[in-house]
Amino acid sequence: MTNIWPWLSLAGLGAFHGANPAMGWLFAVALGLHRQSARIVWLSLVPIALGHAVSIAMVLAVVTAFGAVLDLRNLQLAAAILILGLAGYYGIYGHRHRVTVGMRTGMAGLALWSFLMATSHGAGLMLVPAVMSLCLTDHAAITGMSSSLPISLAAVGVHTGAMLAVIAAIALLVFGWIGLAALRSAWINFDRLWTLALGATGIILLIS
Amino acid sequence: MATWRPDPSFYPSPRMAAKAPKETLAYVAAFDPDRKRPDAIAVVDVDPASATYSQIVGQVEMPNVGDELHHFGWNACSSCLCPNAPHPHVERRYLVVPGLRSSRLHIIDTKPDPRKPEIVRVIEPSEIAEKANYSRLHTIHCGPEGIYVNALADRDGNAPGGIFLLDHDSFDVLGQWEMDRGPQKLAYDFWWHLGHDTMITSEWGTPDTFENGLVPEVLLASKYGRRLHFWDLTRRKHVQEIDFGEEHQLVFELRPAHDPTKAYGFVGCVISLKDLSASIWTWYREGNQWAVKKVIEIPAEPADPDLLPPVLKGFEAVPPLVTDIDLSMDDRFLYVSCWGTGDMIQYDVSDPFAPKEAGRVRIGGIAARASHPKAPNGALNGGPQMVEISRDGKRIYFTNSLYGAIDPQFYPEGIDGWMVKLDVGDSGGIAVDEKFFVDWPKGHRPHQVRLEGGDCSSDSYCYP
Repeated sequence: MTNIWPWLSLAGLGAFHGANPAMGWLFAVALGLHRQSARIVWLSLVPIALGHAVSIAMVLAVVTAFGAVLDLRNLQLAAAILILGLAGYYGIYGHRHRVTVGMRTGMAGLALWSFLMATSHGAGLMLVPAVMSLCLTDHAAITGMSSSLPISLAAVGVHTGAMLAVIAAIALLVFGWIGLAALRSAWINFDRLWTLALGATGIILLIS
Repeated sequence: MATWRPDPSFYPSPRMAAKAPKETLAYVAAFDPDRKRPDAIAVVDVDPASATYSQIVGQVEMPNVGDELHHFGWNACSSCLCPNAPHPHVERRYLVVPGLRSSRLHIIDTKPDPRKPEIVRVIEPSEIAEKANYSRLHTIHCGPEGIYVNALADRDGNAPGGIFLLDHDSFDVLGQWEMDRGPQKLAYDFWWHLGHDTMITSEWGTPDTFENGLVPEVLLASKYGRRLHFWDLTRRKHVQEIDFGEEHQLVFELRPAHDPTKAYGFVGCVISLKDLSASIWTWYREGNQWAVKKVIEIPAEPADPDLLPPVLKGFEAVPPLVTDIDLSMDDRFLYVSCWGTGDMIQYDVSDPFAPKEAGRVRIGGIAARASHPKAPNGALNGGPQMVEISRDGKRIYFTNSLYGAIDPQFYPEGIDGWMVKLDVGDSGGIAVDEKFFVDWPKGHRPHQVRLEGGDCSSDSYCYP
């Protein structure tokens, strides 16, 4: 853990994901408003963070598993192609999906919703460069699962921790003070930023 | 195309939407009952400060004849801000305009010049039949999964009618909405409680029972629609049916409370076979079920048979024929169109189980033929029909035609189209705006009104 940058990027991406209203804080606020309870806002954050963490962990598990059998350059190329393909798809077709979870959802439905949102938007893929540089550096390319597992878990923890901190801060600020009228002007197009971020991730993998 | 900020006409809650700026334009569906010239969407100037106030200032004609434009809606609205399916960077820009008779869908762009809308795409009935198996397109709502369109019949003109989805960017037909329709067969209107994951649908009849006018035998046998259906909005499953009973026929317009935390709404029933009265019912949550209660009954009015069309002479009375209702954004006032008697009635529905009449005006009517100060000929035919409320609840607009084949059954000399506007008092009460009267150009009859930026039947909200 000599290099701090991969960790900072994991945390930074956690904050970016958390700030996106489509990743959960807005849902937590809405449920709090419907059930007239600040406690519901707090409680909702847990399944939202959990669903996000599981999605991220799945992607990282796949990457590190391939890392054990592919050499680093090929893995980077494969990941880059997948990510750029996804960014291109979002760029052309936008983010669209069937709506499976509604406003009467319970906590399990909320976790499922968060998992589906993170997975379908490719949240975990954005972390691939950072995790590769942590788990699959040149001298450790062959270290395999044994040492990459704790590092990957730590990566999921750092990312999700940062995300949780940000969704908690925004949800409580909006619920308690700012109000939803701010959405009308402050909700910038995260879908577009997201697509750009995915594109950047793919390019980083290609040139690194 | 996607934008960087949400469309300024999207509001998180009905409370905020009620503070929206005043509309300056209204879009009105106009059709030719003889099906000889193309139907149109007319643009009416509703800005009192404008020199062309109360005039048709633009119009876009359909590419075919005989569509029978009826209801229509926007491609996107405030439900785009919903937290479970957010896509707020779509523009409210396109009118989605179906032909009830032709089953053709027109996508009309209002952006380059709101006074000169343009058709940008036409979806032919064959494409809708192939991808969704439906025909006779009726009501449009923008919602969580895109644009919802309901249809009164399957592709061959039989039951079941139902709902299909359109993509709100590409306008491609995505397919039938229902996954499990249960016992539902007939269709008319639909809307939802976003806060309760519930869709509600109502019933009219199959095309063979209305396309040549209402069939008295079908009506007297209580074979037209008389049920409400409740659906799980996210699972797309039928969950409950409520039958209003043999006495009640034609359960039409659905107006759920705008506040998404409230689980009640209003539906109009056109006619009672017992006494020709019309009624308004409230649906509400009772335990784990939905229930309904009749909260308003509007009686038929005795009339001189000489003034009545053949179908009513024997009854010596004018039925109110409640064919449209609309609920103000604050869920306080319900407006009820009595197309038969000519009344537009305002009810205070602060208590949804105990409505109180708060105002009434009369224009047109089968026997009354009540006039308007700005009407050129003095006696108006047709009656209050499609009604729309401005988002702030201060202005009410309505037109006077119901449906091409039914108009002459109740107004045998045909209907001369008009559009009027009412002003609403601060604590209720309605009065005719004497400066607003559109004497509709001959050859077309006006039907649904949509207001620029949204109105009280165009948008649904996820936040209280």
